[in-house]
Amino acid sequence: MSHDRNVETARIETERDQSNPPQQLLDISDLSVTFPSQEGPVEAVTDVSLSIEPGETVGLVGESGSGKSVTAATILGLLEESARIDGSVEFDDQQLLTKTDDELREIRGDRISMIFQETGSSLNPVLTVGDQISETIRTHRSIPNEGISRLETSVLGNLLRSKSHPTNYERSWEQTVELFERVGIPAPEQRALEYPHEYSGGMKQRAMIAMAISCRPDLLIADEPTTALDVTIEAQILDLIDEVQAEFDTAVLFITHDMGVVNEICDRVAVMYAGRVVERAPTDELFAHPKHPYTQALLDSIPSLEGGQTLDPLAGQVPDPTDKPPGCPFGPRCPSATACCDARFPPEYPVTTADEPLPVREGGDDDVPSPRRNDPTGHAVHCVLYGSGDGLAPRRSPSDEDRQNADRGRPETDGGEP
Amino acid sequence: MNANDSQESTPESVGGTEPILEVRDLEKYFRVNEGVLASLVGATQYVRAVDGVSLTLAEGETFGLVGESGCGKSTLARTLLRLEEPTGGSITFRGTELTTLSDRELRPIRSEIQFIHQDPSSSLNPRKRIGDILRRPLELHRDLDETERAAEIRSLLDRVGLDPGMRHRYPHELSGGQKQRVEIARAISVNPSFIVADEPTSALDVTVQAQILELITEIQEEYDLTLVFISHDLRTIRYITDRVGVMYLGELVEVAPTGTIFDEPAHPYTQSLLSAVPEIGGSETAQIRLEGQPPDPIDTPSGCRFHTRCPLAQEACSAVEPESAFVSSDHQYRCHFTDPNTRTGTIGEPTDAAPDRIEDTGPEVSND
Amino acid sequence: MSETQTTADVDSEPAETSDQQSFLSVFARTVRNDRLALVGTIGLGITIFVAVFGPFVLPHDPTATNLDQMNQAPSFVHPFGTDRYGRDILARVALGARTSLIVAFVGVAVAAGVGVTLGAIAGYYEGLLGEGIMRFADTIFSFPALLLALAMVAIMGQNWYNVIIAVGVVYWPIFARITRGSVLSVKDEEFVQAARSIGESDFRIIGSEILPNITAPIIVQGTISMAVAILLESALSFLGLGVPPPDPSWGRMLADSRQFMTHAPWWTIAPGLAIMFTVLNLNFVGDALRDALDPHQGDEMEATR
Repeated sequence: MSHDRNVETARIETERDQSNPPQQLLDISDLSVTFPSQEGPVEAVTDVSLSIEPGETVGLVGESGSGKSVTAATILGLLEESARIDGSVEFDDQQLLTKTDDELREIRGDRISMIFQETGSSLNPVLTVGDQISETIRTHRSIPNEGISRLETSVLGNLLRSKSHPTNYERSWEQTVELFERVGIPAPEQRALEYPHEYSGGMKQRAMIAMAISCRPDLLIADEPTTALDVTIEAQILDLIDEVQAEFDTAVLFITHDMGVVNEICDRVAVMYAGRVVERAPTDELFAHPKHPYTQALLDSIPSLEGGQTLDPLAGQVPDPTDKPPGCPFGPRCPSATACCDARFPPEYPVTTADEPLPVREGGDDDVPSPRRNDPTGHAVHCVLYGSGDGLAPRRSPSDEDRQNADRGRPETDGGEP
Repeated sequence: MNANDSQESTPESVGGTEPILEVRDLEKYFRVNEGVLASLVGATQYVRAVDGVSLTLAEGETFGLVGESGCGKSTLARTLLRLEEPTGGSITFRGTELTTLSDRELRPIRSEIQFIHQDPSSSLNPRKRIGDILRRPLELHRDLDETERAAEIRSLLDRVGLDPGMRHRYPHELSGGQKQRVEIARAISVNPSFIVADEPTSALDVTVQAQILELITEIQEEYDLTLVFISHDLRTIRYITDRVGVMYLGELVEVAPTGTIFDEPAHPYTQSLLSAVPEIGGSETAQIRLEGQPPDPIDTPSGCRFHTRCPLAQEACSAVEPESAFVSSDHQYRCHFTDPNTRTGTIGEPTDAAPDRIEDTGPEVSND
Repeated sequence: MSETQTTADVDSEPAETSDQQSFLSVFARTVRNDRLALVGTIGLGITIFVAVFGPFVLPHDPTATNLDQMNQAPSFVHPFGTDRYGRDILARVALGARTSLIVAFVGVAVAAGVGVTLGAIAGYYEGLLGEGIMRFADTIFSFPALLLALAMVAIMGQNWYNVIIAVGVVYWPIFARITRGSVLSVKDEEFVQAARSIGESDFRIIGSEILPNITAPIIVQGTISMAVAILLESALSFLGLGVPPPDPSWGRMLADSRQFMTHAPWWTIAPGLAIMFTVLNLNFVGDALRDALDPHQGDEMEATR
């Protein structure tokens, strides 16, 4: 397990030397994913770049159809064969997109694991929960290796194991019970012997987390893990993920549509809209100073717990995936869209909290403004309003009325999550 | 829309406005099918989905029902509309007792009470065009000729912000938000005075959810509707309701004006529910975490139903069922810790209030 | 006035996507992609064509005896040969197709009518009524199909109507079962609740909300039942209790030809092949319909996302 050690060193370096740019655990760059469909190719993810450092929690937030789940599935190589994937996904300096299924399987579950929203379908209904988790532990050999030969990890070993090394099974079982205890499942010895249908939603999610952390992964991908749960249970699970992450020093990619959950658990956030990352920022900064009009609208759409506010909902809806606008996908709904927004998707503009959007002025050209600064600030936004210059040309033809009508007449095929 | 509009929940104290709906000790038990053997032995078990709920709704108010999944809030809603037959208690709608009416007698009242469903993808018949879906309630309850009906359908669609040409489409051609708009159009098509909305926005994206909340608010004002709004999302409840009832295991554990519920929650369950909602923006407050999960509704805990998870629970809580107590005339909750002095003790700082104070509240107890 | 005009115009404008079209287009796609479905559809088309037009276009009268031409082997004049009365076998097989298809189609229609009605009632009113209907269906179901049909025709008399009624009686329970199951799964859908909450009558709820959503399994079952009904009719005729003579029937042709099997095998082979051809094609079409009507394939958007 030499790469384990590499990561370990990388982590230590990160801690020791803050001035050097830290080594990325996961580095996604210019990722695009296209699915074939009856109505022609559908680009679910477009030019997404995202990086995660060891031990940090990055949120990927967006509404349905934003491509956040597809991005996660791409990392793990879980997409259907027909999908076309461009760009690069590097995990610990290894290119994941070119790996074979077998190589990926080695990484999945061992170094990267995943928890899902639908815990029901992730567990096999005819095996006890304990069996399934101890099985995962045995497959990935994260038990201390003394006395386990290479033979044992082979297919033949699978047959021999239970008889020749009963201790192996017992050890993995013990470890399962320990994990159950760790994730807060009451009466772990007994619950491990039960079947998935005897578990409640929250308990299943705990068991899934136990399975996910059983191999002490470097990266945990959580795809809407609390969406199906009640608030009180959601709070418990978020606490648990937090604890587990601190204890195992696992990086977490947290996918959700819930801004509240993002605020609770993430260090950094990337906001996605219609397959694109539109804004990325440290969590606190995103909530305090959202820059992209979409992020602002998203935050304004959430009723506050303090009350006494009026919502100003954003008109229209997410564009049809088969018929996305050529420029910024948010353009048709954007209150400050300009002419150049309709032409092309804006580049990334690094911003600081103090940056104000450009005013819209009459006349002018369609040129894309240049960035105000070149140094990365940790907060960047794909919106021309944050370029340099003294103003932007207003949009030519599409009127406000068009935008308001955007949600009225158009046939829509948006459905649930992928 | 503020807390002052709301009415007290005891019928005696209702002042100027007539209550539109009165619910007394409503019960809905579902029999659990335990197989032939159990039924022979006679050991029939019940899920007590709604267990003794009393509630009075004033004309024009928005009442929120909030609780975790399985607390019985949806069953309560369906029982109010007689979509489920109640197993006990009474529902009085404008003086008419609904529980004893036959289906036929109920039919004219159906137009007064409407329902907005949670899942817009299953609440519209996939085989019918939008226009046909909207036409049927008009045929049943409104005396219009074909031309007027067509005009009405178009104006309804327009009212909920849809293009009238949509009436030729099938539900699967619409987005979730559009379907929910159709659902709202169907509900208001018969000029109801009372609408029950069961999680109408929880299947929608955040931005669409805000649109639908806006629409519901507008429609409510325009049609002067009384609204029961069910949600597990406390933010939505805060935004849209005047008064809130918190449900736990089939019981209403706290009822109060929305502002009171959010600012001075009295019941430990309400307090922990509020504290579990992830903050947006602001600083993180000290959080109360509930241990475990709601108990099995077949085998509800003795005494106070919340005692198994309650951070305040004392021995007596498991033995004696608390009565409804009033903090003020419009704030009522079910907990042994009813003394105003001990009540202010939040969960974080345990009080040594003994539950033997139940007797003190005797005269204020409203229901059994 | 002008208001009325526009309303009428707009309302009568055909919608771009009707369910009918989308079903047909999905079926067309299934047929294009699946060779067996294509074979079945064409084969069934040929059978129906022959049944409808065969007797008019074929040169020989199926009932005309010609003692000069007894037991002739297949030739240019008689492609399938002749039987022992010198009747043209091709003409008789073509007319037999008519018998088989009519009995199967009308019989299955009766079965579906009764079964769907009772099944829908049993599904919607689950209590005693529903249980009663389903136990009755189970009782009928427990008899061997052929025996039950034989007994019925033997008791009620051998004529077209009774053969069709026998087919109906034998096959309604399967429709009742399928309908009840589908109704049970649809009736808790929210749109059914919505219909109830606007005060729709039970009759309308079943007829206009539930049934349109469960046609797929019923159509598929209907196609497959027709294949089985053709076999049943042939078996009845073979045993002498099918459609009465002189109307030709494949089953009776088989029975008549038994003793001549060694020196006039064509007489046996022709109706045998006809039965096989029709039943096989009906099954292919049934499978294709099942694929086409499968709800999981309907929503392509959802599948790709």
